[in-house]
Amino acid sequence: MPVSATNSKIIYDALKACGVRLVSVLPETWLVHLASLADDDPEMTLVRLAKEEEGIGISAGAHLAGVKSALLMQNHGFLASINGIVSLAQLYRIPLLMLISYRGSFGEEHPWQTEGGLVTEDVLSALRIPYERLDDPATVLSKIRQAQILADSSIRPVALLLGRALMMEECSEPRLSKPFTPI
Amino acid sequence: MLRTEAIEAIYPDLKECAVITIMGATAAELYACGHQPHFFYLEHAMGLASSMGLGIALSRPDLQVVVLDGDGSTLMNLGGLTTMARYRPPNLTHVVFDNEVLLSVGVSFTTATAEGTDLAGIAAAAGIPRTATCRTVASFQEAFRDALAARELATLVAKVEPKLPESFFIGCHMLENRFEFQRALERKT
Repeated sequence: MPVSATNSKIIYDALKACGVRLVSVLPETWLVHLASLADDDPEMTLVRLAKEEEGIGISAGAHLAGVKSALLMQNHGFLASINGIVSLAQLYRIPLLMLISYRGSFGEEHPWQTEGGLVTEDVLSALRIPYERLDDPATVLSKIRQAQILADSSIRPVALLLGRALMMEECSEPRLSKPFTPI
Repeated sequence: MLRTEAIEAIYPDLKECAVITIMGATAAELYACGHQPHFFYLEHAMGLASSMGLGIALSRPDLQVVVLDGDGSTLMNLGGLTTMARYRPPNLTHVVFDNEVLLSVGVSFTTATAEGTDLAGIAAAAGIPRTATCRTVASFQEAFRDALAARELATLVAKVEPKLPESFFIGCHMLENRFEFQRALERKT
């Protein structure tokens, strides 16, 4: 089940259309195409992170310097970034746009992703971060634009959860016949 | 060297820079030198001052950016040194005031730099092209001015006494500081 290059391009083009000119990424499987698209684009500044929380600081700096940015990470990276979100992005009212790959939801084959999947939406809610799921490529542009508008008007972080249906190509084989292949 | 002396020594050079400080003593001592609209005091989020500096430096290559960091904060974001080194913005100067303690909680809680951890060595090994450890005000001032003149990413570690500031007073609310800083960067061309 490969990561969808087509839908990754749709997400990337939507970020560009919304004026995003800096993305910081900690690549994971679902985000590899998005990171490559940013890397190949001379109009985009790509920052490959060592740890996701750095991206909160980088986006805060970019915002104060007048550049629209986005932070791309897995939900486990979001969980690892919480103090940065609370003590910088929320405390200092930064309109932080987070695109979070939603691992560990229905269809997840990897046991190690499942605990994070269980708590992601509850943690977003506890932090009062408005979020929506992105599953349908047709709504990607409008939802990213609306998320960014809310981030800018509320000057607070917002999140979009990148769902399995959007990020992965359909599986054509019966799942039970597939060998267990860790990624 | 006292941190406040080190800050005073570079203060005239900060006039044209966007400056990010960590919380507590460093912020208060820079403020006491004379607040400027292009000074931002990150009063929380330990570790992320350097990442903010990187975000500003990459977004505004025309601005010289200075981060005034501490040993405790730098140790919380060692990975950030590798990210700075990777993108190597020539307009970023990263100063670490290393007093070998987490001063806000008292001098008894030492950091690893008290036991020999070499932050300039870590920065150099991370790939930061210009690093130094300075033990006197004069050598720190010279290293700082050289780094700015060279237009090269630098991490400069200033070994300072673990002395609390006379006051932690900062006369502007953190949000006032944030919006003022943003406007100051807009005006700086």
